[in-house]
Amino acid sequence: MENKLKKVDLIFCKTCQDDIEVVKKALKRNPDDIINEIIDSGLKGRGGAGFPTGLKWKFAKAQPSDIKYVVCNADEGEPGTFKDREILDQVPTKVLAGMAICAYCIGAKEGFIYLRAEYNFMLNKLNQIVEEFNSKMKEVGLNFEIQIRSGAGAYVCGEESALFESIEGKRGEPRNKPPFPTVVGLFGKPTVINNVETFVYTAMINHLGAQRFKELGTQDSRGSKVFSVSGDTPKAGIYELELGMTVEDFVKEFGDGDTKAVQVGGASGHCVPRKKFENTIIGFEGIPTGGSMMLFNSSRSMYNVLKDYLEFFTEESCGQCTPCRVGCQQLLKGIEAVKRGERPASYLEELKKLAQTMRIAAKCGLGQSVANPFISIVDNFKEEIIY
Amino acid sequence: MSNYMVNLKINNIPVSVPEGTTILEAAKKLNFRIPTLCYHEDLSVAGNCRVCVVEQVGARLLQAACAIPASEGMEILTNSNKVRQARKHIIELLLSEHRADCTECYKNGNCELQDLAHEYGVNQHLFIDLARKRNYTIDRSSPSIIKDDSRCIRCQRCVRTCDELQGVSALAVAYKGEHQKISTFFEHPMFEVVCTNCGQCINRCPTGALIEKTYIDEVWDAINDPNKHVVVQTAPAVRIGLGEVLGYEPGERVTGKMVTALKLLGFDSVLDTDFTADLTIMEEGTELLTRLKKALVDKEKVALPMMTSCSPGWIKFQEHLFPNLLENLSTCKSPQQMFGALAKTYYAQKRGIDPKNIVSVSIMPCTAKKFEANRPEMRSSGYQDVDYVLTTRELGLMIKQAGIDFMKLPDSPYDNIMGESTGAAVIFGATGGVMEAALRTAYEIVTGREVPFRNLNITPVRGFEGIREATVKIEGCLPEWSFLEGVELKVAVAHGLANAKKLMQAVNDGILSYHFIEVMACPGGCLGGGGQPIPTNLEIRKKRAEAIYAEDEGMPLRKSHENPEIHLIYQDFLGKPLSHKSHELLHTHYIPRKRY
Amino acid sequence: MTDIQEILEKVTSKYGKQRSALMPALQAIVKEKNYLSDEDIVAVAKTFDLSTAEVYGTATFYTFLDTVPRGKYVIRVCKTISCHMAGKDEIIEALQKTLKIKVGETTVDKKFSLLTANCMGWCHKGPVMLINDEVYPELTPQKAIEIIQSYQQK
Repeated sequence: MENKLKKVDLIFCKTCQDDIEVVKKALKRNPDDIINEIIDSGLKGRGGAGFPTGLKWKFAKAQPSDIKYVVCNADEGEPGTFKDREILDQVPTKVLAGMAICAYCIGAKEGFIYLRAEYNFMLNKLNQIVEEFNSKMKEVGLNFEIQIRSGAGAYVCGEESALFESIEGKRGEPRNKPPFPTVVGLFGKPTVINNVETFVYTAMINHLGAQRFKELGTQDSRGSKVFSVSGDTPKAGIYELELGMTVEDFVKEFGDGDTKAVQVGGASGHCVPRKKFENTIIGFEGIPTGGSMMLFNSSRSMYNVLKDYLEFFTEESCGQCTPCRVGCQQLLKGIEAVKRGERPASYLEELKKLAQTMRIAAKCGLGQSVANPFISIVDNFKEEIIY
Repeated sequence: MSNYMVNLKINNIPVSVPEGTTILEAAKKLNFRIPTLCYHEDLSVAGNCRVCVVEQVGARLLQAACAIPASEGMEILTNSNKVRQARKHIIELLLSEHRADCTECYKNGNCELQDLAHEYGVNQHLFIDLARKRNYTIDRSSPSIIKDDSRCIRCQRCVRTCDELQGVSALAVAYKGEHQKISTFFEHPMFEVVCTNCGQCINRCPTGALIEKTYIDEVWDAINDPNKHVVVQTAPAVRIGLGEVLGYEPGERVTGKMVTALKLLGFDSVLDTDFTADLTIMEEGTELLTRLKKALVDKEKVALPMMTSCSPGWIKFQEHLFPNLLENLSTCKSPQQMFGALAKTYYAQKRGIDPKNIVSVSIMPCTAKKFEANRPEMRSSGYQDVDYVLTTRELGLMIKQAGIDFMKLPDSPYDNIMGESTGAAVIFGATGGVMEAALRTAYEIVTGREVPFRNLNITPVRGFEGIREATVKIEGCLPEWSFLEGVELKVAVAHGLANAKKLMQAVNDGILSYHFIEVMACPGGCLGGGGQPIPTNLEIRKKRAEAIYAEDEGMPLRKSHENPEIHLIYQDFLGKPLSHKSHELLHTHYIPRKRY
Repeated sequence: MTDIQEILEKVTSKYGKQRSALMPALQAIVKEKNYLSDEDIVAVAKTFDLSTAEVYGTATFYTFLDTVPRGKYVIRVCKTISCHMAGKDEIIEALQKTLKIKVGETTVDKKFSLLTANCMGWCHKGPVMLINDEVYPELTPQKAIEIIQSYQQK
């Protein structure tokens, strides 16, 4: 059988574009044209949620405000994801160029990169690069300055409104939505917040045109995407792949021959068992992902995997909303109780109902998505959870 | 709020509301109550308990009704199966984290979580009991407030109260995830942190996580001790609040019934804090005039504006936050403490009782009064001047414990001595009341005429604006006060410590200048005190204020200096205002405390 | 050790005295002093005109803003799934033995604290640990011990 998996080299290619030239080129264009081209490209946010990037920029541009912000979400915390670190390490100016183009389009003068504390080792280098870039922007006549702010160890700060709170010096607790960031964002001002990778694609689209991007992927999932591959695989690492492949395609390339499940989208994503590899598409028409692909072979206990995830969420929930704060604890204690025989196997059904409530009633994406791994692992590996 | 109207349907009923209206408010308009826990009318919206979730037709996620604005064409279901299941789960989750041994809880019967558990038929623990495994702390260090983390549902109403209404932020949210909790600085005991003991957090706690420290048992013991003579004083705001605990709607005046009930409970003498409120006006009014004379005539350096000192939450606030302004506080003790000092001296003498056998109890709308009574300065009788302070709520509970059918009680008058008062004293219970009472007396002392306001009602200092200002021009002075001729007396009133903070900052920065400032720690003044019945909101506080002013208008005497008992005490015991004896018993000093 | 006021002046001169400078301030203190003491938080609260409870509440939200004393070198071993699968337990065991402390503790000489942390973004190269800001991926117990030894000599 032919392998449908296609590797792409747009993100990490260092010779493809001069990032300052890319910005200069953008400055000669009408912001609306740039935004329309991004809309036309079909680019969706690469952080995982997949909101159409061009629309986000359009909404922010439409806001009548003297002060607007561009924020780069580099709080990559999803277990199994490490591609943003690599992008910032390898091609940082591509990210900055994307931010600058966004600033030009929406009329922002200030930008922030929120870098997770775990990546502080690259802070000095990155600060230098940002400084150089800022002065280059002055030279090319764009009134836009970027600063880096560090996180301090809180997964939930990857949630956009929690990230704003953190930059504002508060606890990283997600806000109520609406209003959305494009209307009321950082410091209460209209804000575009995009993932590191998304900004790179916006710069790339601006440089190579929407067509080049559209050629890749499928109707619902245009373009390519950087994947972080880990777990039971001989080829752990970072790969830029065309969207639209099935899990089957993926496992053929990255599996160790004994893959029993793939967790698509990190701890907050879905677990795909072997029997569903063939029919599951990785992308917005199937299972969307911020890029985390974790493979498990038959030596792994899926109970341990789920327990690990739930421990993670129990700690990393911000704690403000009931479904998430208490729900995570109950799911964790619940599977432990079933394992120990303190609760009957049927209790898993109660817990699944609880997970459904969390999915629709939690305040932010964190609490809402705990149901993804829970239900997919419990449904597909029930015996492993019980016995 | 916007004039632009949006049209939506709630439970298939069309409704039109101004843009910006939340679903919760829109539903209320249609008489649908959506349950809430973290929501409180006095506070900003948090949207974190999620118990108010509703279904928006066509949307994947449920929405928090308290936080989501109505928008055009929305179709909302407040009671679908999806909604009920989610709410039930949320209540069950909260209960699993909550020490739900309700019969042991002080808030049993007045708990929002308990009510919801009942409404949603949550009778058993569906989920694993997390509360029992936790090492929860119960902080009993404060003489006013008990903080019991095992009953906390993390709605953060207390945190928002302490920040938004009081500007203190003694309580904050700490940690995250399963460890998230409501904490003081470094989890230090409440008694050691910057807390004013105002009890506003208690008023807004939906469960029993924040309650007053209760002294009911001690008071029963005193009443039942044949060797003790137990006197009780009742603060102005208790008589218009107590009814709410005992079945009345807010705004009911129950003064006479309350006195009867206190007598039935077995207190030996039922007396009135209002008497010492009148006395406060004599002392404080004279103090103000003396300070003005020193400033205007003697050109002495004297601290102006003078600030009222009746509210112990406010006093502790100043001691912590603005210690540089302590000189500005009137040296007058609060009416409670004046009463306490006199009960074991003047009253004891008049009644021929050994003060060591007197137990002095006060009923207060306030939790800070519990702290105040324990201050080491408050022992000028040679004993602790006030032995036990009970809140309005605690008195309500005692009346219930005694099996008294409160609503059917006849009225009784206060006992004598120290039971006589005027309308000026009653209005101490409302924000602006001390100012109004002081002006009624001071103006008349200076000019020999009544204050130039219709029916003595000085309306500019009344109301619920956070900070209010007024100017009274003094004209036609009596000869001895001629130095005040033509002076425009500038006064300001603030209630709620967040407003006080703003006012103090402005005074400190020299932006605003006044002669006299009244501050009450609690929103609405004592009628909204931390010891008053729960729930509270602006509407309830307005009704209580109406009752206070009605009580004032119904009194035969409405100016403190006309109280015959006041004349008597100066004649027989104190001499004159600010006399040596007054200073000894009725005045105090303040202590700078740490700001952080 | 740098004086707390010095640290705060440096931060406020760069970021101002608004609340948004709070995180940089707390981070700067932790960088210098390894943790936030009672007195440090009081100083921060004064600088930013916030209540101490508020500052404490904010700090404790963030795993890296410690409010208990920590050693000069804070070791954080990733405990999340990939590193778990790759053998973080053996790494922790080796470190506990070498340092003679348990997870959560600090050596008597105040040089090392051993902690675990959630995913650090090196899932393809686990097990991984951070020592202060430095990353050490692809650990083996032997490698981990050698790294600690090199710090012991510092």
